[in-house]
Amino acid sequence: MKLIFEKSVSGRQGLKLPVSDVPVQGVLPGKYLRSSDAQLPESSELDVVRHFTQLSQRNFSVDANFYPLGSCTMKYNPKFTEKVAALSGFAELHPLLPQLRGGEKYAQGALEVLFEAERWLCEITGMKAFTMQPLAGAHGELTGIMLVAAYHKAKGNKKKYIIVPDSSHGTNPASAAIAGYEIISVPSDKKGVMDLEKLKSVLTDEVAGLMMTCPDTHGVFNSQITEISRLIHSVDGIMYYDGANLNATMGRCRPGDVGFDVVHLNLHKTFATPHGGGGPGAGPVGVGEKLLKFLPVSRVVKGPQGIFALNYDYPDSIGYIASFYGAFGVILKAYAYMLLLGQDGLKQTSDHAVLNANYILSRLKGAYQLSFDRVCMHECLFSASKQVARGVHAIDIAKFLIDKKMHPPTVYFPLTVKEAIMIEPTETESKESLDAFVEAMLEADALSQKDPEAFHALPKTMPISRPDETRAAREVKVNCFG
Amino acid sequence: MTAGNRPTSSSLASSKTFQEFPLNPYIANTETDVKDMLRSIGAKSIDDLFVDIKPEHAPRSFNLPAGLSEYEVMRKLTGLALKNSNELVPFIGGGFYDHYVPAASSALISRGEFYTAYTPYQPEAAQGTLQALFEFQSMICTLTEMDVANASVYEGGTALYEAMMMAIRITNRTRIVIDGGVSPIYRKLIKSYTHNLHFEFVETPVAHGQSDRAAFEKLLDQNTAAVILQNPNFFGAVDDHSDIIAKAHAIGALVVESVYPLSLGLLKTPGAMGADIVTGEGQSLGLPLSFGGPYLGFMATRRKYMRQMPGRIVGETVDGEGRRCFVNTLQAREQHIRREKATSNICTNVALCAIQAGIFMALVGKEGFKNLARLNFDKAEFARQEIAKIKGVEVKRSSPTFNEFTVSLPKDASDVVEAMIAKGFAAGFPLGRYYQGMEKYLLVAVTEKRTKDEILAYAAALKEVVKP
Repeated sequence: MKLIFEKSVSGRQGLKLPVSDVPVQGVLPGKYLRSSDAQLPESSELDVVRHFTQLSQRNFSVDANFYPLGSCTMKYNPKFTEKVAALSGFAELHPLLPQLRGGEKYAQGALEVLFEAERWLCEITGMKAFTMQPLAGAHGELTGIMLVAAYHKAKGNKKKYIIVPDSSHGTNPASAAIAGYEIISVPSDKKGVMDLEKLKSVLTDEVAGLMMTCPDTHGVFNSQITEISRLIHSVDGIMYYDGANLNATMGRCRPGDVGFDVVHLNLHKTFATPHGGGGPGAGPVGVGEKLLKFLPVSRVVKGPQGIFALNYDYPDSIGYIASFYGAFGVILKAYAYMLLLGQDGLKQTSDHAVLNANYILSRLKGAYQLSFDRVCMHECLFSASKQVARGVHAIDIAKFLIDKKMHPPTVYFPLTVKEAIMIEPTETESKESLDAFVEAMLEADALSQKDPEAFHALPKTMPISRPDETRAAREVKVNCFG
Repeated sequence: MTAGNRPTSSSLASSKTFQEFPLNPYIANTETDVKDMLRSIGAKSIDDLFVDIKPEHAPRSFNLPAGLSEYEVMRKLTGLALKNSNELVPFIGGGFYDHYVPAASSALISRGEFYTAYTPYQPEAAQGTLQALFEFQSMICTLTEMDVANASVYEGGTALYEAMMMAIRITNRTRIVIDGGVSPIYRKLIKSYTHNLHFEFVETPVAHGQSDRAAFEKLLDQNTAAVILQNPNFFGAVDDHSDIIAKAHAIGALVVESVYPLSLGLLKTPGAMGADIVTGEGQSLGLPLSFGGPYLGFMATRRKYMRQMPGRIVGETVDGEGRRCFVNTLQAREQHIRREKATSNICTNVALCAIQAGIFMALVGKEGFKNLARLNFDKAEFARQEIAKIKGVEVKRSSPTFNEFTVSLPKDASDVVEAMIAKGFAAGFPLGRYYQGMEKYLLVAVTEKRTKDEILAYAAALKEVVKP
């Protein structure tokens, strides 16, 4: 498909600007001006609408396709929350308004949303307070580890290491490293959970904390979690909860009750806000008593007359971690979702996410190698090892599914399982969707026995076949100008 | 199935009786489905699937209000939206501006095919997102006159932090020299992030006008990793930083320039000035203010530094049949491959905001973008002249400005702002909020949306308010 630049026709403009009602002002001295125009395309409004509509049709999406990406939680995004975020009272509100004296009263609705969303998240996770500011999960991780660092600094602790399980998301070690820590990676045991003995063997007074997803990326809830918390706390370490998988346990277990001191949540996973082709997300961070005073500023407080205000007066705060109060539009959608579901609805989402994943597990475990043969939580993890023996890899199965108009599961993650296929159906999928997916997976397995070579030409039905990624990395053409 | 363990310790309103079916509207499973699925699994109940969660792990409290219908939630949130005022005529900026958001861009990003997709890890099923991001990257490159742009980072402030870290990695030095005219919000943010790391920060003195050349002369040294500049700066002052950039390069430092993208319809580009890394807040490219986010951080750099740039980058290639297509490229920089050795921890970015900005730039187009920048400049200049006529109010004229400028008032700017609110104006941002000693200064922004009548009414109201 042509680029919008290649469709450009000189003289077109797709937005009518107002005619200036003020006199034309003098020009700036030449040295402040750009010497040639930016080469933006020229298009009518319809040119633009058709171009981007056609582009959108070259995407798979939750609205159109089953999308069981493990660890990504591609659940359905309710339509009404989009409508809420577009309300002009929210969409047109300037973030500096409540920072003006007398300006707070013009942002009461927005401040209430932030305040109430925080209270919901506290009750869901068992934490004392949240900062709503982090703009994505990894941003929440970095914020959380900065809080850990502030805690140890205040106590005069000499800490050097953050422990992560080998099954962790890549963002965990990356975030901890950026915050100034060295990483210790602990392997998983045969049951798929962190090896407790190995953990004990690396535990020293220099350990600042442990970052953990629970349930982890193997889809397993670690029954030894309270013991792990006790061990980490015994060296004054901090328990960090990566909330990527909170969607499995709402109403069943709260991180704050099993020893976690700090959590980040991915509102774009558990709370159904859209992923937007890669973002925006939101990654609020909650803390227990230990880390409370270090939370970023500003914080939203509720005054005696029920007036909401921004408070910056926290002397131990780590400071600003975003320009404003977070991805407000995303937080608002998550809040609307929580209000609609309520207590029972939230628990139901976890229950049915787990049911759907176990159903797929039960149907596929004959054909595919199950990594850990036990019940799973919200996602099930297979290896394509049986198929690999026939010359068919996880990526080939992924491409097979694309031709079936299903988005493939996550493949090659976690790194602990060779040829990993990680399936997270989410609670919003019907049994019919799950059955269709299972049939496709079984068909792929059958084809791998009959004609493994056939996979290499897949996908066949898409606008493109497999791209040459090596060439992309070698030639590096990353804009249309050369 | 039971409703779980729910003591009532919370202050949140208590739930009504748990009702199993029908489920919430986002779950399809019926009672029959659940039975069939449990039979396939070999479990008696959903509770059985949670065997690993022992009684000791049960929630001490899980006490939330009962769910509402869609209509009830809409009514509640519409009520909250109405508590936020749209009545105040905005003259407030500070890096975030009241520009028009075209209906077509909102409509296009509301297509489920865009907003309910994930990161384009399977390129055959994501050519729409990938091509739209490639086009966005191309637009940022031509706007800034840089070689390579990424597919977005969170926002302008975190973009500046990432750029600084990138410069530290490239130069292997630890000293940062920041212009006092860089947004104080961004400067605070950078300091929080590096508080635990061993970098040295120095700032040039704050002035209303252009960057302080003499201060840079003094502060640059052989250990300087990066010089951080902003154009126009927080006070709206327009500069040509070519000379500072040349001096920084002479001692082996890199220069990071934070820009206001709409101004590049008119102003000299950071690429032409010689900057090494360019960042900015893309909200002015047709994104709603939305009370602070989601916004759009962008980053661009020279080709020689692209492997040190964080964030996703979309590249062009061909498929098996030789057809042009697009993929995420240079992924060896990223955390999902490199873990703790990655260039950044970033994973989720703001792809949808980048696509929205790309659509905006496509709609406005080459001529429109120039004219839009010009319109912002003209309106602000007109406002600057009108405000300058007010007795006791002084408009800083030491340097040209783009669409925002500083005025000195005869009284405390916060008092003035408060009085102006009563007259229906969000009059600007009092600089005393971030700068000690500048309590009488007000930062005033004027965009293409402000009419001549609004500007004249603003000036008249300000005249009233500052009257001795």
